[in-house]
Amino acid sequence: MIEVTFTLNGSPTTVQVDDTERLLDTLRDRLALPGTKEGCGEGECGSCTVYVDGLPANACLIPTFQVKGRGVETVESLDPARLAPLHESGATQCGACTPGVALTALWILDQPELLKTHSLRELMAGNLCRCTGYNGIIEGIRKGLTEQAAREGRD
Amino acid sequence: MKRFEGLEKLTGRTLFIDDLPLENCLWGATVRSPAARGTIRQVRVPNHLEGSGLVLVDHRDLPGPNVVSLITDDWPILAAETVRHRYEPVMLVAAESRAAARRAAAQIEVVVDPLPAALDFRQTPTAEQIQVGDDNVLKQLKIERGEVDEALAAAPIVVEGEYETGAQEHVYLEPQGMAAWLDGEVVVVHGSLQCPYYVESALTRALDLPAERVRVIQAATGGGFGGKEDFPSIVAIHAALLAIKAQRPIKLIYDRGEDMAATTKRHPAWIRHRTGLSEEGQILAHDIEVVLDGGAYVTLSPVVLSRGMIHAAGPYACDHVRIRGRAMMTNSVPFGAFRGFGAPQTLFAIERHMDVIAKQIGVDPVKLRRLNLLTDGQATATGQVIDDGTDRQQVLSRALDLSRFTYKRSQHTAFNAEHAYLRRGIGLACFFHGAGFTGSGERAMKSLLHVAGLADGRVEVLSASTEIGQGTTTIFTQIAADQLRLDPEQILIAQPDTWRVPDNGPTVASRTTMVVGRLIERACDNLRERVGLDAAATGTELQAALVAWHEEHPDEELLGSARYQQPPGIEWDDETYRGDAYSAYGWATYVAEVEVDLRTYTARVIDFVAVQEIGKVLNETLARGQIQGGVVQGIGWALLEECRWQEGGMANHQLTNYIIPTSDDVPSIRVAFLENPYPHGGQGAKGIGELPLDGPAPAIFNAVAAATGVDPRVLPLVPERLMELIEQ
Amino acid sequence: MAIHQPSTLSEACALLATHNRGSDRDLAPSPLVPIAGGTDLYTHWPQRPDEHAKSYLDLSGIEELRAVRWRNDSLTLGALVTYWRLIQDRTCWSALPMLVQAARQVGAVQIQTRGTWAGNIANASPAADGVPVMMAYDAVVELVSSEGREEIPLADFYQGYKQMRMRPDQLIRSIRIPRRSFLFQRFEKVGSRNAQAITKVGVAIARSGAGWRVVANSVAPTVCRCPTIEALLDDKVTVRGPDDLATALSQDIAPIDDIRSTARYRRRVLARLLYFALRESCSAFE
Repeated sequence: MIEVTFTLNGSPTTVQVDDTERLLDTLRDRLALPGTKEGCGEGECGSCTVYVDGLPANACLIPTFQVKGRGVETVESLDPARLAPLHESGATQCGACTPGVALTALWILDQPELLKTHSLRELMAGNLCRCTGYNGIIEGIRKGLTEQAAREGRD
Repeated sequence: MKRFEGLEKLTGRTLFIDDLPLENCLWGATVRSPAARGTIRQVRVPNHLEGSGLVLVDHRDLPGPNVVSLITDDWPILAAETVRHRYEPVMLVAAESRAAARRAAAQIEVVVDPLPAALDFRQTPTAEQIQVGDDNVLKQLKIERGEVDEALAAAPIVVEGEYETGAQEHVYLEPQGMAAWLDGEVVVVHGSLQCPYYVESALTRALDLPAERVRVIQAATGGGFGGKEDFPSIVAIHAALLAIKAQRPIKLIYDRGEDMAATTKRHPAWIRHRTGLSEEGQILAHDIEVVLDGGAYVTLSPVVLSRGMIHAAGPYACDHVRIRGRAMMTNSVPFGAFRGFGAPQTLFAIERHMDVIAKQIGVDPVKLRRLNLLTDGQATATGQVIDDGTDRQQVLSRALDLSRFTYKRSQHTAFNAEHAYLRRGIGLACFFHGAGFTGSGERAMKSLLHVAGLADGRVEVLSASTEIGQGTTTIFTQIAADQLRLDPEQILIAQPDTWRVPDNGPTVASRTTMVVGRLIERACDNLRERVGLDAAATGTELQAALVAWHEEHPDEELLGSARYQQPPGIEWDDETYRGDAYSAYGWATYVAEVEVDLRTYTARVIDFVAVQEIGKVLNETLARGQIQGGVVQGIGWALLEECRWQEGGMANHQLTNYIIPTSDDVPSIRVAFLENPYPHGGQGAKGIGELPLDGPAPAIFNAVAAATGVDPRVLPLVPERLMELIEQ
Repeated sequence: MAIHQPSTLSEACALLATHNRGSDRDLAPSPLVPIAGGTDLYTHWPQRPDEHAKSYLDLSGIEELRAVRWRNDSLTLGALVTYWRLIQDRTCWSALPMLVQAARQVGAVQIQTRGTWAGNIANASPAADGVPVMMAYDAVVELVSSEGREEIPLADFYQGYKQMRMRPDQLIRSIRIPRRSFLFQRFEKVGSRNAQAITKVGVAIARSGAGWRVVANSVAPTVCRCPTIEALLDDKVTVRGPDDLATALSQDIAPIDDIRSTARYRRRVLARLLYFALRESCSAFE
């Protein structure tokens, strides 16, 4: 067992883990944060997306020892109010891929300048969804971006 | 109304079975067959595992018969003397951690003396491959109407064609998983499933327990698509067996690799058409043969075959029809329920065949379909007279308009003449999908549903229909609220729990909104009557009446109930396969536009239009989502998703190598609905869940044919296959 | 079994010297496995219990390895530079665009933010997407150990399937990529879908004052340059169609059938990708 200290959802956290344990298992089994889902365990589906130092990453591919001293945010840290456009557009059906989708979606909303170089569909390609056909997800992000831009225009 | 549990899902607060804490639990794992077929000589448990506190279960631990109860009693819970497919479960282990259980299972060796395996369902099995009857045929069916041989002989044109479709893996994002524990004398199973009562009946039989000693509760379920219709019974029994032996709670959660390797998939199919036509293209006779790969055990293959055959002649009028079908036993994983249930396979064949006919006789594919589409008063293959008032020509026209079909075709001609290596094409498919159970299924089921009037004036829907992502909770809330004139907040939807909810049938066959939704309406009416109100009562009056009733009847339950009643005029003969196969059909035309890259032989869908008539649309966002999700699953089946078989096992059982579409692989799916309310469906709805799987594959294949001039007939059309066609 | 988390490169080299050097390595209880982004190492982790018991050298705390240095004549990537870091670097878009194109096609964002260029080299997969573009740009790998540093052209780095000219006590410290003016450059990746796909066949082509570079992946035991094709281009041999390239290609590549594709497909598609790409820039292509 090793001890790892990092910032989790804004709070300093210290946890004892097996030497090579995955961040995904640490979050789910030791820190009681089951919002991060395991869909494949091979970095394909993105259901286990978390932010590490502000960037989306697959928690199934991260050894917990590597987040030592870093900032990790999970779906539990998201502001539900910001997810309303995704709710309205039908971005979630079964909910298994959804936490990962929500994290990637809000990351895009946080930096709309990404869309100068990337399409939404390219940015979302790391989150496999088997229910929605992606329309609801893409529309929800687009709606969020529009609402956000309108708010910023007013301010 | 927005999805009821949408925000909970978006914020990660929805707890699936693997997310739920289970105190003092052990973790289960499954030891599986390494061979496609053989005799089990030995199960070698290493010495260090014996007496290490590990819990081991094999077939001898079963209190009841060693069968998963479905249609035929052939599917073992744990293989005893022989195995019939790779990854067949042989032994179960439970240990203190998930990793320890997995490690132990990997160390236990099943030694199998191999026997000749039947691996190709298209080939007649050799004598030593025979394992079922004298021909490995699991089920045989025939639909016959009119004088087919005479009509074919008299037809001026006969067009033949053979079509093939491959297996498809469900890839629900949440893998299979169950928890089981003992609550005194009662075995409780909680997990990811579509059909609580299927699991209950499988458990009572396998454990030899009366229903009152078995309780099945659905947990939040991360997708099903049919994959959690049949298979959860086996996971549930396994978890329960371990819990009984260990006398401790058990969690049995599959990882993705195990789920893909060991669970059921869509049936591969081979379909042959012989079609007699007039010079103008009117269909005079159909002679169709449908062969399905059933896999190692019967599971639901007979019903899949039946639905596939009923849809095999497409939405077209024809008086002389013969459809022969059989499901073959092979030594691969059992094929089972998957969204569409046989219809996507046969509709792929007929709709690709229509374009083959059009090309062969020199008729425009749109015109050919217009000429043959069913009009009211004409009959389907089973002799069912269609008389629902839907304008099927209008469905087709709308799809052509939205996709700018004719304009695109001429534009593509110019584009293709100029571009060095890109080729574009557009294709369509007209189809239908029978909603609800086939034939007398609903009548036999006699679904029962309750709504409870609560003491605080709220109303709770007690139903075994499950939310698996398709929106059951939202739609049920909406239907009950509308029917009772209440705010949606006043409606509760009970968690499906066999101790609390009646059996209103499985969550399958696109029947939930249409059949069960109607039961909710009637149960709501019944509840109102029970408190002495008539249909004109307001929500406020109803709530006051509920509160008053409970004051007068303390500690009593107030239930409104409804039992399924068959719509009038429905006749079905299970012996002759004649009559009204479904009480209602959804009608659709889908159009796909593709771009083929001749450098890489890759076909990509660049536009997709899905037009359908599904009765009344109850919730636009949810309905659209169902269609879009189904279309994308259909695009995957058509172009990307290929199970690579190695000695009967799926070799590519990883998401790295079994390829489903990402957001960047599909265009925005454009959806339009035509509405023709169905009087016997919940709020006028017909089923829509499966319909969208039927149309994409043939539309895409027809578009690829238009783009490249080749004649693709084998699905999936992966680039390696398209290369061979183009290079021929 | 242990996890070592050095914060300097010299600490890391010292640890490798102790655990991974020469004949001592066989005596050492557990040689250290270096880990950078982890995106290759940790796939299917629960199914690989034997690897849980190994000892790891975590490079992620060595800040000096995160540097991206642009000079007039070169770009130097520290061993911890991720794909995402370069995707965000607008200089790279104009100076060495194939790096960005390849980076965008590695997995998806969640992989691009963790996976490193050096890790792509050290994982030595024939399907690596970063390696062909770096090789086409004549990248040089800088290796370090407690005994000193060494530079090896990436084109000479692989000796066979998963075989590298790198000792177990060495680490990749950086990758140096010369900046040149290019007359032509093109990266083509063919995966089984548009994103999140392992390459079935791919090619990076660059033409500069240094000559033609054609580097293919997933068609041989290692990512490989195609010298016969390069010579054909240098000699301006007339090419009338993809088939004219096939003979030359067969000298350069040795594709196989595997779970992702077939040798036949890889051969044909590589010839066609090359033909249609080069037709845009070579007068010898008709």
